[in-house]
Amino acid sequence: MTPRLLPWLLLAPALVALSLVFVLPIAWLFRISLNISEGSGAMVEAVALDSYATLFADDFTWALTANSFRLAATASTGAVLLGYPIALFLFRTRSRFRPLLAILAVAPLMVSGVARVVGWLVVLGDQGLVNAALIGLGLVERPVPLINNWDGVAIGLTESVMPYVILSLLAGFGRLDRSVEEAAATLGAPPWRVFLRITLPLSLPGVVLGWLIGFVLAMSAFVTPRLLGGGRVFVLATEIYDLALESVDWPAAAALAMYALALLLLVLAAYTALTRRIAH
Amino acid sequence: MLFRALVFCGYAFLLAPGVFVFAIAFSSDRFLTFPPPGLSLRWFVALWQHEGLMGAMQRSAILASVVTLLALAIGVPAAYAIARLRFPGREAVFSALTAPLLLPTLVLGLGILLVFFPFGLAATWPGLAIAHLAVTLPFVVRIMATALATLPADLEDAAATLGAPPLTVVRRVTLPLALPGLIASGALTFLISFDEVVISLFIAGPRLSTLPVAMYRYVEGNTDPLVAALAVVLIVFSLAIVLLVERLLGFMRAVGR
Repeated sequence: MTPRLLPWLLLAPALVALSLVFVLPIAWLFRISLNISEGSGAMVEAVALDSYATLFADDFTWALTANSFRLAATASTGAVLLGYPIALFLFRTRSRFRPLLAILAVAPLMVSGVARVVGWLVVLGDQGLVNAALIGLGLVERPVPLINNWDGVAIGLTESVMPYVILSLLAGFGRLDRSVEEAAATLGAPPWRVFLRITLPLSLPGVVLGWLIGFVLAMSAFVTPRLLGGGRVFVLATEIYDLALESVDWPAAAALAMYALALLLLVLAAYTALTRRIAH
Repeated sequence: MLFRALVFCGYAFLLAPGVFVFAIAFSSDRFLTFPPPGLSLRWFVALWQHEGLMGAMQRSAILASVVTLLALAIGVPAAYAIARLRFPGREAVFSALTAPLLLPTLVLGLGILLVFFPFGLAATWPGLAIAHLAVTLPFVVRIMATALATLPADLEDAAATLGAPPLTVVRRVTLPLALPGLIASGALTFLISFDEVVISLFIAGPRLSTLPVAMYRYVEGNTDPLVAALAVVLIVFSLAIVLLVERLLGFMRAVGR
């Protein structure tokens, strides 16, 4: 066995497996999107752009795109706003509880997505925690609808991307030099000023990267929009699922999936370009 | 002070669903009512007696075990090549092998269904196990490449210099050193496969439904404290694995890049 061949022998099973569940499926998705749909599961083999023409002529596609973008932007912004203090705290603290607190901030990403949706139903439902508190305090008379609508989905998605955003922010804080902040404080700047003029600008690249990661993940999400949206929230992900498994219109589902993938790749390209610029 | 309050708000929001679902799981009421009128274990008993969900849990456990063994068997040699050997195209191979982590599982699931369907692999055990490699294999490669790259190379060199043949070096030196990382990534892989829902929704079909799929369909239809009890079981299970990984490898190191 020549040493030159050894790496490739070790890599071969992984490369075969990945082509089977990654390369081939994406290529096949593109191939199927060029077929012509005959409705209810039947399709004609072709190399045609019919499904794309139908897709782009439909106003619903643009509404879905706008919905997905708005929802992802809302959730990611929320996650950055709520996650930033946590990340900054974890970066600075010398508490002996730091490992535990770091795990608490990131562990939710290892918890089943469906279980977390159930958690939000408990908190946001008509008889849930929030509504019980609002009614108990006499602030509202009737439960505020917080699930089966856009608000519920935005809240659930914010929480589900937060651990990833916090990880990304923590990575970004790596370049934050404590001595600059201390110098500013010694020179008499009040804490809020140190934050606005030094901490925030220095951590801005990490914030942008964290936001983009949150945006991509929120846009890719399916379970939260479907289950917390109660069938009333329509985004690209839910429509791809419905076209594939409810209408069984594979060319249309494949075309919409290719379109969504192209949008995500654009955002990821921006992310990569930005990472390179920050690294230099 | 303000900063502390903001940190607290962040944690409260992030952990609220995981914490309050416990209160409802132990409720004696039939609905997700807050505050629960009384405490009882009736929903855990009901969950234990629910054949659909318990059957699905068993299927998921078997599937996740098979997927974990497969992903480790395929992923660890690849990670070893990437972490310990020098060859042209190493970076590119690593990016390619971890690329599926960037794609939405919804798109992957649909693509895999379209490839598997003509071969009769959809709604079968082998189909489901192979499909789960899409999310587990890149993960094993990433985490094991990190774990193996940080092992001291001089111990292997020393063993080789003293005359141990290459396979003996791997068996007697590399593997024991890599064991904590191996167990940690195995545990995380099991958890990822056990909790995987979107790809399974496409591949599982009606008769082979896994636990997350069965739970998804249950929540679509109705919500009662039974499903909260199931959520509690899953959360406790996840936390146990996270703590195991923390002891073996460091959880933040395992999930960070």
